[in-house]
Amino acid sequence: MRLGANTWIGGGLFAVALAVAVTAPWIALTDPVMDANLLNAELPPSMEFPFGTDAQGRDIYSRVVYGAQISLTVGVVSQIANSIIGVTLGLTAGYWGGWWDDFVNGLTNVMLAIPSLIFALAIMAILGPGLVSLLIALGLTNWSYSCRIARAQALSLKSQGYVQAARILGYGPFRIMFTQLLPNMLGPIIVIATLGMGGTILAEAALSFLGLGIRPPFPSWGSMLSDARETIAIAPWVSIFPGLAIFLTVLGLNLLGDGLRDIFDPQATTRRA
Amino acid sequence: MTGARVTGAGGNGPLLKVENLRIALQGDGVTFNAVENVSFEIGRGEAFGLVGESGCGKSITALSVMGLLRRPLSLGGGRIVLDGEEIQDASAAEMRRLRGKRVAMIFQEPMTALNPLSPVGRQIAEMFVLHQGASWREAMDRAEEALRQVRVPSPERRIRDYPHQLSGGMRQRVMIAIALACGPDLLIADEPTTALDVTVQAEIIDLMAELCAAKGTAILMISHDLGLVANMCNRVAVMYAGRIIESQVADAIFATPSHPYTRGLIDSLPRLGERARRGRQRLTEISGVVPSIQAYPAGCRFNPRCPAVTDICRTTVPEATSLPADGIVRCHHHG
Repeated sequence: MRLGANTWIGGGLFAVALAVAVTAPWIALTDPVMDANLLNAELPPSMEFPFGTDAQGRDIYSRVVYGAQISLTVGVVSQIANSIIGVTLGLTAGYWGGWWDDFVNGLTNVMLAIPSLIFALAIMAILGPGLVSLLIALGLTNWSYSCRIARAQALSLKSQGYVQAARILGYGPFRIMFTQLLPNMLGPIIVIATLGMGGTILAEAALSFLGLGIRPPFPSWGSMLSDARETIAIAPWVSIFPGLAIFLTVLGLNLLGDGLRDIFDPQATTRRA
Repeated sequence: MTGARVTGAGGNGPLLKVENLRIALQGDGVTFNAVENVSFEIGRGEAFGLVGESGCGKSITALSVMGLLRRPLSLGGGRIVLDGEEIQDASAAEMRRLRGKRVAMIFQEPMTALNPLSPVGRQIAEMFVLHQGASWREAMDRAEEALRQVRVPSPERRIRDYPHQLSGGMRQRVMIAIALACGPDLLIADEPTTALDVTVQAEIIDLMAELCAAKGTAILMISHDLGLVANMCNRVAVMYAGRIIESQVADAIFATPSHPYTRGLIDSLPRLGERARRGRQRLTEISGVVPSIQAYPAGCRFNPRCPAVTDICRTTVPEATSLPADGIVRCHHHG
């Protein structure tokens, strides 16, 4: 199997982001919260502060590095929650059909009709800011695409000979769903999850930007952008670097998702040989 | 279960008894009988053949025995008795316990009947885990043994192969191994060799017959190939347009076919040596086509195509007439 360039570039960018998040305590130069020094406020990038400093004189490089932990935790954990919810609903709906299918379909349509960011905002407003609330808010609001895909896959796989055979051989419905249907639909599910992860990271940034995500002084890319917006004209580096981090991570995930789609569904693409 | 258990495993009654089976097909506001008044019995270890053209209802008859009719099809009436238990009203959970364990099935398409993402050994082993509570380790050993029984070469290596690595014949062997894994009482074979090469067909049929004979498993063989069925089965029933029109001992059906349709089927088979004996002749055909379910004719449903048709055939459904050796025929002009 040949991996396309987008898989390599996307996977590489995402791997770098993951590595940065994991090794943050070792590669950060200063403590992202405590090392404020107003004497160093808003210094441009230099040898001492590779990405410059913010209005409180904190090293932006170290804050971006630590911010990766928050962004990726939220992205990965809440997308896993989304996938589990979506696949469970979609798989059972597609397999069983009937009133359950109608119900899940209706729910999915409602979820798709509500702007998910506004929904997440409402949940955050109830739960209050913080990492756990972020995970809950984003983990409950973006499952509709996974659900749609899982349902469509279940519907088409259900008529496959081996699924029929499994019924005839006395498999129970859960065994059929988890040993016959789920493994055969994993490809598209992973693709959607990867693309969705980029979406959740953006949503986290947006919520934090609006002040509902991670509370200052803890660094998240979104809240850093929020802090930087007043000084964007005089100290652009304060907003450029966290923005760049978001951009590259989400770009990486999107490229990776596209690349995985090429691998899992070779017919659907116009990949050059 | 609704019916009391009359005979246990190994009892005296027939293994499977189907009585006046009716399968309803729900149309737009109308209900058709896709199958009606179908009765037959299969004894323990017996091979029974159900023959008919496409769409005559033989496959859905088999599915109804498995309890797997799906909308728009449903059981309209009749009794299905497996080993003394009435199973036509059994719950989904009760049917699930029967399937695979006591009644197994193999299909026409070995290409699609195996899960492409699971090694074949695992798929066989799953039957032992599912129905006999075996551990995976033990089940894998038994799966290897099962592959050996269906004469798959070097089973210890094939057990880790995925379905796409096997040929059609090998896959059908794997299907047979899966179906016979738990030693079912009845094996339903729905055109098991249609998708295979002719040379492989004979091997698969022999293998199936041999294994079932060894395990005492009865076979319900469904096919459109009268020759194949007559070779393999003790008794044969011929279906036409949702009804059994003739049922006889396999040898007798070739020697003395009683229904004009059966006669037509036999005459339309090319026979080895025929040309040398009787010169070059056109093969006989049955004129016309099977009527569609919306347009079944009144009376005998074969009447528009029947060479011996008379007025009574167009008005009255023929009753079953007894033939020697438990045979029956439904024709006003049989013999």
